[in-house]
Amino acid sequence: MNKLLNVSSSPHVRSTDTTQSIMLDVAIAMLPAAAFGVFQFGMHALLVLIVTVAACVLSEFVFEKIAKRKNTIADMSAVVTGLILALNMPADIPLWIPVLGSIFAIIVVKQLYGGLGQNFMNPALAARCFLLISFTGKMSSFTLDGWSGATPLAVLKTGGSVDVAAMFIGKIPGTIGEVSVIALLIGAAYLVFKKIISLRIPVTYILTVAVFAFIFGQQDMNFVLAHICGGGLIFGAFFMATDYVTSPITPKGQIVFGILLGVLTGLFRLFGGSAEGVSYAIIISNLMVPLIERVTLPKAFGKEGK
Amino acid sequence: MNKYIERLYNGIIKENPTFVLMLGMCPTLAVTTTAVNGIGMGLSTTAVLVFSNLLISALRKIIPDRVRIPAYIVIVASLVTIVQLLLQAYIPSLYNSLGIFIPLIVVNCIILGRAEAYAAKNGPVESAFDGIGMGLGFTVGLTCIALFRELLGSGAVFGMEIVPEDYRIAIFGLAPGAFFVLACLTALQNKFKAPSATNGSVSHSKLACGGNCMNCSGSACMSNHTTLESLRIQAQEEALAAKKAALAKKEAEMKAKMDKTEE
Repeated sequence: MNKLLNVSSSPHVRSTDTTQSIMLDVAIAMLPAAAFGVFQFGMHALLVLIVTVAACVLSEFVFEKIAKRKNTIADMSAVVTGLILALNMPADIPLWIPVLGSIFAIIVVKQLYGGLGQNFMNPALAARCFLLISFTGKMSSFTLDGWSGATPLAVLKTGGSVDVAAMFIGKIPGTIGEVSVIALLIGAAYLVFKKIISLRIPVTYILTVAVFAFIFGQQDMNFVLAHICGGGLIFGAFFMATDYVTSPITPKGQIVFGILLGVLTGLFRLFGGSAEGVSYAIIISNLMVPLIERVTLPKAFGKEGK
Repeated sequence: MNKYIERLYNGIIKENPTFVLMLGMCPTLAVTTTAVNGIGMGLSTTAVLVFSNLLISALRKIIPDRVRIPAYIVIVASLVTIVQLLLQAYIPSLYNSLGIFIPLIVVNCIILGRAEAYAAKNGPVESAFDGIGMGLGFTVGLTCIALFRELLGSGAVFGMEIVPEDYRIAIFGLAPGAFFVLACLTALQNKFKAPSATNGSVSHSKLACGGNCMNCSGSACMSNHTTLESLRIQAQEEALAAKKAALAKKEAEMKAKMDKTEE
């Protein structure tokens, strides 16, 4: 009983999670989608993945060396940014375009604002939108098995009908990572199982898109399912909208965030000029996060009544 | 003569309206898609600025203080109309590509800013030189931004296409690109401590951090704050002492004069 106990100030409950372990889990969760992309689109997709990740890590390393900041490439966040960006690329993109995007994502969006945790929008998505505006033609020409074709959402936009089963498996043209819903769901299940993400944002997001498509699109099960499985919705909902830095931390705020994302995506897809709108919806909603957190801040214990 | 050259230096480098004063952002971001547009906009503004400064300075004792802003606007608007008609008559291509931004020179904050801050308090010739300096500074700023945007966005230098179409980054031709380029150039200007009103004044060297707020936090910030504050107080006291000395000297002179007259 006369052993001296160590008394320290709070917090006393500690988690074994570190930035590195969380980022590693996110990267692992994206592997099924990446593997499917490589399997479907061939070796050039693998090359795009490797080059983009390498460019992100290298930009982070070089910038931190020049700015004399602490070297943070070991926390894996640059790898995750690179993976997300690469999975958002068409498979046959010339390699210098994702390299340019990586530099933009890491240096302009992340490091100039102060590094991980300070970026006001998702770096990978900001870079994708940068590239989409700059190289519209190359960023939206998709080929599958040698022939170039419209994505299912573009077909829907022009009034055609699509095969939802093929979309679920991933036998459709699109970016490297977004095509296979089943591979993405396997990764998402891993994240949910490891408690890296909660289901609040993805589920409200996808449900809102479904309801929006049902009300303002066609009252047809095939149409609604195609909107859920098509484009980057599943990928965006589970992997990009749930980014810790750029999504609300309050539970109510996460639901508001999901609904906002869904409404914006629906608006862009059904009433906008292009067939897809997930990236723009996410980065615009990222900007709203501080406001959402402000109005959904939980009351402290004992102050609920006032 | 020296003070006129000082005015030019002040406008082009030390208080460059684009990179230091951050004035006239609306035309800066909107018309700098090509270098020719940048130069055209800069020179049109310069022409208006020189004559508005000259006229406002000449009329500064006639214009009643209460109605000075409407009076300035009338003067500036007349000048802008002249420039607009001249451009339409002689350089219609530039007139078409600048569009609405020519009439908008009327409300350009550089022009009203210089009228208020300089022309209303100084003589006509100095004011005209101030207009030339500020106008040229604006032209240089716009042209720099436009050169980068034209090269990156549409792969051309003064309309000569040198970059193949595949390698053009279209976003630099659009509004976000204008912000990027402006931010990067201003950052470079700050980084290399180009001589300007906001860079490198003497008192900074007395601070531990060299006046750089990036490296500052917590107690270091507080101590620097007190250093700055004490420097300021010291300067005030010095000024007061100088005033007193001057007063004493005057009194002594008066006394000497009185003594002389008494004699």
